[in-house]
Amino acid sequence: MENYEANGLNLKATELRLGLPGTGNEQQQQDQYSSSSSSHQQNVKNNYNNNNKRSSSEIASSCDDEQQQQHDDGAPLAKAQVVGWPPVRSYRKNVLEKKNPESSMFLKVSMDGAPYLRKIDLKFYNNYFDLLKGLENMFKCTIGVYSEREGYNGSEHVPTYEDKDGDWMLVGDVPWDMFVTSCKRLRIMKASEAKGLVSPL
Amino acid sequence: MAYSLIPEEVLEHVFSFLSSDRDRNSVSSVCKSWYEIERWCRRRIFIGNCYSVSAEMVTRRFPEVREVEIKGKPHFADFNLVPEGWGGYVKPWIRVMSGAYPLLEEMKLKRMVVTDECLDLISRSFNNFKVLVLTSCEGFTTHGLASIAANCRNLRELDLRESEVEDLSGHWLSHFPDNCTSLVSLNISCLGSEVSFSALERLVTRCPNLRTLRLNRAVPLDKLPNLLQRAPQLVELGTGACSAEIRSDIFSNLTEAFLACKKLRALSGFWDVVPAYLPAMYPVCSGITSLNLSYAIVQSPDLGKLVSQCINLQRLWVLDYIEDTGLEALSLSCKDLQELRVFPSDPFGAEPNVSLTEKGLVSVSEGCPKLQSVLYFCHQMSNAALITIAKNRPNLIRFRLCIIEPHAPDYLTLGPLDTGFGAIVENCKELRRLSLSGLLTDRVFEYIGTHAKKLEMLSIAFAGDSDLGLHHVLSGCESLRKLEIRDCPFGDKALLANAAKLETMRSLWMSSCSVSFGACKLLGKKLPGLNVEVIDERGHPGSRPESCPVEKLYIYRTVGGQRVDTPDFVWTMEKEEEVLLTE
Repeated sequence: MENYEANGLNLKATELRLGLPGTGNEQQQQDQYSSSSSSHQQNVKNNYNNNNKRSSSEIASSCDDEQQQQHDDGAPLAKAQVVGWPPVRSYRKNVLEKKNPESSMFLKVSMDGAPYLRKIDLKFYNNYFDLLKGLENMFKCTIGVYSEREGYNGSEHVPTYEDKDGDWMLVGDVPWDMFVTSCKRLRIMKASEAKGLVSPL
Repeated sequence: MAYSLIPEEVLEHVFSFLSSDRDRNSVSSVCKSWYEIERWCRRRIFIGNCYSVSAEMVTRRFPEVREVEIKGKPHFADFNLVPEGWGGYVKPWIRVMSGAYPLLEEMKLKRMVVTDECLDLISRSFNNFKVLVLTSCEGFTTHGLASIAANCRNLRELDLRESEVEDLSGHWLSHFPDNCTSLVSLNISCLGSEVSFSALERLVTRCPNLRTLRLNRAVPLDKLPNLLQRAPQLVELGTGACSAEIRSDIFSNLTEAFLACKKLRALSGFWDVVPAYLPAMYPVCSGITSLNLSYAIVQSPDLGKLVSQCINLQRLWVLDYIEDTGLEALSLSCKDLQELRVFPSDPFGAEPNVSLTEKGLVSVSEGCPKLQSVLYFCHQMSNAALITIAKNRPNLIRFRLCIIEPHAPDYLTLGPLDTGFGAIVENCKELRRLSLSGLLTDRVFEYIGTHAKKLEMLSIAFAGDSDLGLHHVLSGCESLRKLEIRDCPFGDKALLANAAKLETMRSLWMSSCSVSFGACKLLGKKLPGLNVEVIDERGHPGSRPESCPVEKLYIYRTVGGQRVDTPDFVWTMEKEEEVLLTE
């Protein structure tokens, strides 16, 4: 495979030999070493893939068998994790884990009067304010600020959502975490139509 | 002969203008008397590898040192490749220095194990101690910090950069005495739990020279204006968590506080940042030269908006949420950009979660003429892109590319990325640091060996075909000091043929390669100037055939002899004692 002499990798010319100094076996051991090392070299890719190192075997499975890296429904498996790869410090990984414990959570959003629906990823938002600002940007509307008593009084548009029970609720009433788990779809209503949802307490 | 007529004091005065270690080393090699004069007036010592020399040797030769910088574990320890307990203990150094350097003022440690006992000893041994910087260190708790706070009367800098600290209590900060007014820099960003806010507030108030304040995540956003009002002279600020319920009063307080900080040049922190609060910082953006958004989980448009206001930006660290579009905006607005680091938001995801490709890096290379330092994580790369980057930016000094999938080919040609990286080393003649990734054959190493003559540090992973690759690097890279390799089919031949090269380098790390135990033993025996460490958690390598590859190998030059603190999974290869004795 490689011609070491031609490329200057002349082992014989170096002083280094394997084997104890002063023994007559130096040449023999050298040959033994060469033969075992060349077969070692030829086998190196096999060893590299088959040895018991967790990292190598995981690389073999994650890279050499790309075709098999899918679930039956065609969705890709998460990559087998290799120690220390990609080279990201552990404190960086921790920061992100808090944000992405599971994959995305896309929801349909409809707006009264708009010709088609949109989709947003609820996992991208930290709180109601972010969500509402995101919706305002997306639909070029104003939603305003929520208040417990008045709902979105004064705004042109009112954000509502359908919960697990199929009821249409006002966005903002329940704590954010509860909202995220119970929200199935969103609808931005015109304020004129939303009067029924704002219950004067 | 004329030299002997120059009085010692004059020579000493002349030498005092030499700050670079290399210059000082050259000076001390001129003659014996210069050696003597220089060693008495050396004030600053840098030890790149704590095992390359013993503390006793250092203090014997340089008796009047005031500033010490020491590095411990090899770089790959950052990625958990160095097993726990390997070493890098600072204790023996502190014990020796506590006796030899009572006037010590500064200690900077990187990747070392520092215990509370060490911190306590530091705080009691050096009356004039001013600066403590612990980068990526571990082994200590907040109790150790309390000792530093309580006992170091003239403390100017306490910087815990990215260290792992066991957080036992936030009260350590209260140990700063009421008459401590000397703080210039405080970085506690790596601490997990809450520090006593009132103590922090009082500390900030009474330190008028405070210019760097990096808070930890636990400091809430609504408290930030309080601190900023007390320290409008701040030059570098690291926020705490940047999320809060949206209230107009918080927003206006924040904006007002930032407006008052006219000297602010660096911003970091931004944990959990709520995009709505970013505009509070717009007033200071034009003065910002360094921006670390690598914890900011924010969409590209918001990132782009913030970044394009920072027209004097020189350094940007950001997550890949910035996407190609954000990087293009960066390339149009920030013409002074020198350093860019893009970190992966989802390093283990099966599919890319954001639209960040090679195109973003190409835009920045086109638009930012001063760009010299790059760290870029992405999912795809092409030779064409690398060649373009190389032609655009021949002034690159650091180029670290991490294509997340190992062995990832050029996504356009499906071939190796050899020519792309080849173009980098051929065009960027001042390149000092390079990290490779993607599908690479021995050819890329031929290019590196031929062209990368100023390269000092090279990181290789999942690359190459044979020993020829390693041979090219060891025989061609004249300036090479640090070489770290993982999961490459490099074995004995190249190492043995280039053994002498290893004595000209600081260190070599090889893990999951094909270097045999026999070759390690041979290297250890024949090269007395090196420590050859075999790191193997499978048990003594002697229990396996000599041709069996070792798990990990760490070779470094040393005048300190064998380590005395090796754990049971590390073996230092024996040197040839007979040779040493007969000299």
